Amino acid sequence: MIEYLIYFPILIPLLTAIAIKSLWPIETTRKLILYIGPILTLACSIYIYDKFDQLNSNVDIINIFDNITISLGIEPISMVFLIMVNTLWLVATAYSLGYMISNNEKRLGNFFLFFSISISCANGAALSSNLITLFIFYELLTISTYPLVTHKGDEQSKASGRKYLLILLGTSLCFFLPAIGYVYYLSGGLQFVDQGLLFTNLLPDQINHFEISILLILFVFGIAKAAIMPFHSWLPAAMVAPTPVSALLHAVAVVKVGVFSIIKILVYTFGVELLHGLNAVDLLVYVCGFTIIATSIIALKQDNLKRLLAYSTISQLSYVIIAILILTPSAIIAATMHLIAHAVSKITLFFAAGAIYTSTGFTKISEMNGIGKNLKVVTIAFTLGAMSLIGLPILVGFTSKWYIVQSAASESQWIILSVITISTLLNIGYFTPIIYKFFFNKSNANKKFKDLPLTINFAILSCCILMVILFLYPTLIIEVIKNVQ
Amino acid sequence: MIDHIAAIVVMLPIISSVFVMLIRNNSINWLISTTASLITSIASIMMYLQISKNGIISYAMGGWEPPVGIEYRVDEFNALFIILISIASFLILLYAKHSLNSELKENKITTFYSMYLLCLGGLIGILSTGDAFNAFVFLEISSLATYILISMGSDRRALLSAYQYLIMGTIGATLYVIGVGLIFVLTGSLNLYDISIRIQELELYRPLYASLAFITVGIALKVALFPLHAWLPNAYAYTPSVGTAFLSSTATKVAIYLLIKYLFLVYGYDVVYSNKIFVFVIIGLSILAMFGASLIAIFQSNLKKLFAYSSVAQIGYITLGIGLANHNGLIGSTVHIINHSIIKAAIFLAIGCIVFKTKISDTHELAGLGKKMPVIAILLTISSLSLIGIPGTVGFISKWYLIIGALEQGWWLVVLSLAISSLLALIYVGRVIELMWFHQPEDAIIVNSKSLPFEMLAITFILTLATVYFGIDTRLTAGLAEIAVQNVLLGGQ
Repeated sequence: MIEYLIYFPILIPLLTAIAIKSLWPIETTRKLILYIGPILTLACSIYIYDKFDQLNSNVDIINIFDNITISLGIEPISMVFLIMVNTLWLVATAYSLGYMISNNEKRLGNFFLFFSISISCANGAALSSNLITLFIFYELLTISTYPLVTHKGDEQSKASGRKYLLILLGTSLCFFLPAIGYVYYLSGGLQFVDQGLLFTNLLPDQINHFEISILLILFVFGIAKAAIMPFHSWLPAAMVAPTPVSALLHAVAVVKVGVFSIIKILVYTFGVELLHGLNAVDLLVYVCGFTIIATSIIALKQDNLKRLLAYSTISQLSYVIIAILILTPSAIIAATMHLIAHAVSKITLFFAAGAIYTSTGFTKISEMNGIGKNLKVVTIAFTLGAMSLIGLPILVGFTSKWYIVQSAASESQWIILSVITISTLLNIGYFTPIIYKFFFNKSNANKKFKDLPLTINFAILSCCILMVILFLYPTLIIEVIKNVQ
Repeated sequence: MIDHIAAIVVMLPIISSVFVMLIRNNSINWLISTTASLITSIASIMMYLQISKNGIISYAMGGWEPPVGIEYRVDEFNALFIILISIASFLILLYAKHSLNSELKENKITTFYSMYLLCLGGLIGILSTGDAFNAFVFLEISSLATYILISMGSDRRALLSAYQYLIMGTIGATLYVIGVGLIFVLTGSLNLYDISIRIQELELYRPLYASLAFITVGIALKVALFPLHAWLPNAYAYTPSVGTAFLSSTATKVAIYLLIKYLFLVYGYDVVYSNKIFVFVIIGLSILAMFGASLIAIFQSNLKKLFAYSSVAQIGYITLGIGLANHNGLIGSTVHIINHSIIKAAIFLAIGCIVFKTKISDTHELAGLGKKMPVIAILLTISSLSLIGIPGTVGFISKWYLIIGALEQGWWLVVLSLAISSLLALIYVGRVIELMWFHQPEDAIIVNSKSLPFEMLAITFILTLATVYFGIDTRLTAGLAEIAVQNVLLGGQ
């Protein structure tokens, strides 16, 4: 029985999607139905977490050909990722209900349908136990989020949708897939193995540093969901989607599946030992460092709040990659920690941005003078999220930055340290003016503020609480990740 | 009965095509054609089972022993293709009735069924015959039937495209015969198996390569390999939808089989692939096909032509695998022949459903189809996605084998071209999908108020489902292709 448990996080969201499609239109009073899926999935994920020791074997679903199978399995990093996605799905469901209804967005049924399917794909990616399964869910996630990006249906969102599909599918077909093929050709297998498939399978004289470097570069750039320059432009473009989509998918599920895949491939396909001393790693550190600083500088100039957050997301994603490239066990902890920290902080920021839009209709930072008086909860939450990303204590962002700095320092990675320092300054540079505007500028007295639905406030508050809890109990995550061999 | 099975699968469609012509009642003819192709399908499956049990079937036509008489020689490789095309034509015939009634004049339908069966018989003949000249005869039978099928399209341009194909097809057949003549002079035999033994004793000299060149180019015209593809888009665009689905899933595939047969079973790997120019040309042309045809497809405004150019590009994938000529490359080719048949049949039948309801021909008229015909739009979306090679669909399986094959050869540029051409496929397919789902419908695109007949929907659904099913469970496609390649092309090594 217990081995079937692993299907549930994929099947429940899918069933939720089917239920939504067949039951729609759901009356306002019965919207509670929408919470059933997220709650069940979350409960299931926590149960898996509890029974983790008994689930150590992989479940093969189907053998496609030769020894290529679609199979699911659970390991520490995916455990953490799974719980994160489903917790935030629950919160985001509450938020989206409030947001979509307050803003009179159309086609609500379709919205929740594709939303659930995307979560199912993200969970599938989390639970993949070999490269091909990961690739399948990765691609399905792109396709199932495409209707959400183009939800508005106007020219601009269609153009963004085109860019989204082209970059994400294009890079994965051009780089990711050939890289998987090459791994198969080199090692005759694709499964994720402790200490790394290539590291354990290749004899020392079979290891060709040039090949491994090429492979590494193909993987890192093929996973464009991680938005490393130059394949980052889909992310700001995708911001045309409704805010809950930007919040859950483009700050959490989609981009996090990207960095999660990279972490998983580095740890379980290459093996961190194999990558030590490769020039390609240094090259990638430079590219990520450049991405972090360049996008932070771009963010400085943004007036559209959601676009600013998008650029900040790009830079934070490269943080995770740069952390894993330190290539030590503590770096794996640091990267995973930052993955979670950024997810929680960024979703708070996006929720706040969406709430401001719902209440006032403002999308530009220059308009948001003095709204702190009327929107206390929202602006304080925004401030907390920003502080967390800057890396101030009592918030989870501090913990993760601490771990990154610690592992970088222990390996004497001065480039990484300086990149982090500069980018922290830039973070302060683009967040403080906004916060200053919220609280200290004079507001336009005539502006009417719409009341926010309870669900939006609830979602924002729970995110803030999560940020603090994860700061107080980082061991919740660290103890799990320590099991990575 | 079972002893004559190799002859039955060829003769049954041809004989029934004569009956169909005599009866001239559309409903009865539909029944006869469907039954004939159903029996052919069952017989071909029985034949495959027998081969896998007892080995190659060698059938002496009329009792004249080979190499003097005509030999039908069926192994796991061509038996697989006979199953493929007979089942494909059975499913398409099941679908055909209402679609033909709406697209053709009533007095033409009998001829359509008759020519359809004749073409099917000819194609199976090409697959099963072991005689070089007999293959030519069947090539002509199927081609002549195809010209008539194309010319039946309701658009007047159908006549022009039939004529165009007639000219090109005849040139191709002529080149093929010249090649066969050269081989006959060199070896004194027309039996392909016999030739393959005698070629070993020949010293490699110019006439042999000349014959190889003639035969390859002749067949390449029928295959529609890139610069020789000019007939294909028009032929596909103006044939009735049923005909397009049939041609795209069978005709070119059979020609590719003939090419593979000559390269690997008649001339043999050593003769063909010791010639580096040949390898260079076939790989080069395949990559040109993948790029060139996809680029044309991107700017194509006629819906059927768009997918026709995509066929030309996909044929490039298949010939690429032939050029790689290693284990995985050949499996890639073989499995892509099967997969592409399924995908294109699904796509063209879905288009047939759209045409049944709306009579559209241009891509921009697809706007808003997702709202008007959601089911068909979903099916077309899924089958188009498998054209790109999204994992979980059949297109992915073929691409996987081709990539591994190219990696084994160490040809990075080929891997890169495969990747980039999927990107191009993404662009033209993306355009269709976006039009269907995200554009406002134009007024009154529905002209036919009749609801879509059940069997049209059902068959389209089954084929679309197959594009997904065989992307996950590949025992029947890649599994059998592997057996075929291993046992036949690579001689059981």
